[in-house]
Amino acid sequence: MKIEILGTGCAKCKTLEAVAKEAAAKVGGFHQVVKVDDVVQIMGYGVMSTPALVIDGVVKSSGKVLSVDEVVAFMNSKN
Amino acid sequence: MFDWWQELSGFFVFELFGVQKESAMGEALHFFLYDTIKIFILLIAIIFMVSFLRTYFNTEKVRVYLQGKSEFSGNILAAFFGIITPFCTCSAIPLFLGFMQARIPVGITFSFLISAPLNNEIAIAMLFTLFGVKITALYIGLGLFIAIVGGYAMGKMKNLEQYILIPVKPIEGELEDVEIKLSIKQRAKDAMEYSKDIFVKIYLYVMAGVGIGAFIHGYVPSDFIAAYAGGDAWYTVPVAVAMGIPMYSNAAGVMPLVEVLTDKGMLLGTALAFMMAVTALSLPEAMILKRILHTKLIAIFFAIVGFGIVAVGYLFNAIL
Repeated sequence: MKIEILGTGCAKCKTLEAVAKEAAAKVGGFHQVVKVDDVVQIMGYGVMSTPALVIDGVVKSSGKVLSVDEVVAFMNSKN
Repeated sequence: MFDWWQELSGFFVFELFGVQKESAMGEALHFFLYDTIKIFILLIAIIFMVSFLRTYFNTEKVRVYLQGKSEFSGNILAAFFGIITPFCTCSAIPLFLGFMQARIPVGITFSFLISAPLNNEIAIAMLFTLFGVKITALYIGLGLFIAIVGGYAMGKMKNLEQYILIPVKPIEGELEDVEIKLSIKQRAKDAMEYSKDIFVKIYLYVMAGVGIGAFIHGYVPSDFIAAYAGGDAWYTVPVAVAMGIPMYSNAAGVMPLVEVLTDKGMLLGTALAFMMAVTALSLPEAMILKRILHTKLIAIFFAIVGFGIVAVGYLFNAIL
């Protein structure tokens, strides 16, 4: 699946990106982790507090750093 | 509430460490130990409560709420939302553009942008801890006033939009609320982690602030403070405001200092103006906003807020 991290480059956004990568590795299989830096693109998701986590185009959380397990749970709940 | 700790910390300093009572060293040490622990306890409790409440609000919800509100009532609402919405300087840009997307007038957005950092949880917790309910309420009330009037005034200015550097396409129709469901346990956990993050970030500043405060408390005579920081010389307020601008990240360390200074004769209006300048006129926020706003607009923003704070400072020195 496609995991997107929306963030304009604050420290928290980088942390969430690392967490998402770890979660993707934990779940296994092929996943794409993309960091979205462009503000205009971020606005497109209707999100205003960064970092936000988007899985397959659906906003799952905004404004906070998640734990690896939380991201894994989001990824699994989809299937 | 902290009498027991006053006694106990006194026992530690004077009996256990054997520092002489009523010496400058003893007074300073006692003050430092008493104050840091008291501040830490209250700080954690207040930040936890505030961040727990805030899990029920987010900027996305606020945007839906503010959409289509008329100018004056919109300014008032935006200023109040600034208190209860979690806000971090790093999301100032998406917030600004997101509000524009929803066709919320620039003046209303600025009301929010003035109120949110002014009423940040660290400032509120520190104020409450050090100065009590009355001063905290005054600070919040006056902050709201500046946010409402300042935002309204900016909304009345002509052609402000030309200073916004990124074109924003307005969303057609009604906005959808991005709904993220959380259990109470989850909220409590989030608030706990958030409080922990903040504590780790600020505890050294608090200790440094109280440490310098303790030094002043024990060693610097009141006359000296009154002569330089206090007094009723006309220039103390603007000087205090100017000094507050570069100190944003150190709000936690600055406030214990202000407590000691007011104790020693600094006027309360000057102190309030200084604290407001520390939180509301944040240099880092200005640097971030520079990426989407013309310097002229940021200058107008700072000038209006700065002017409001100075006015509040004078008002208080006159009536308190």
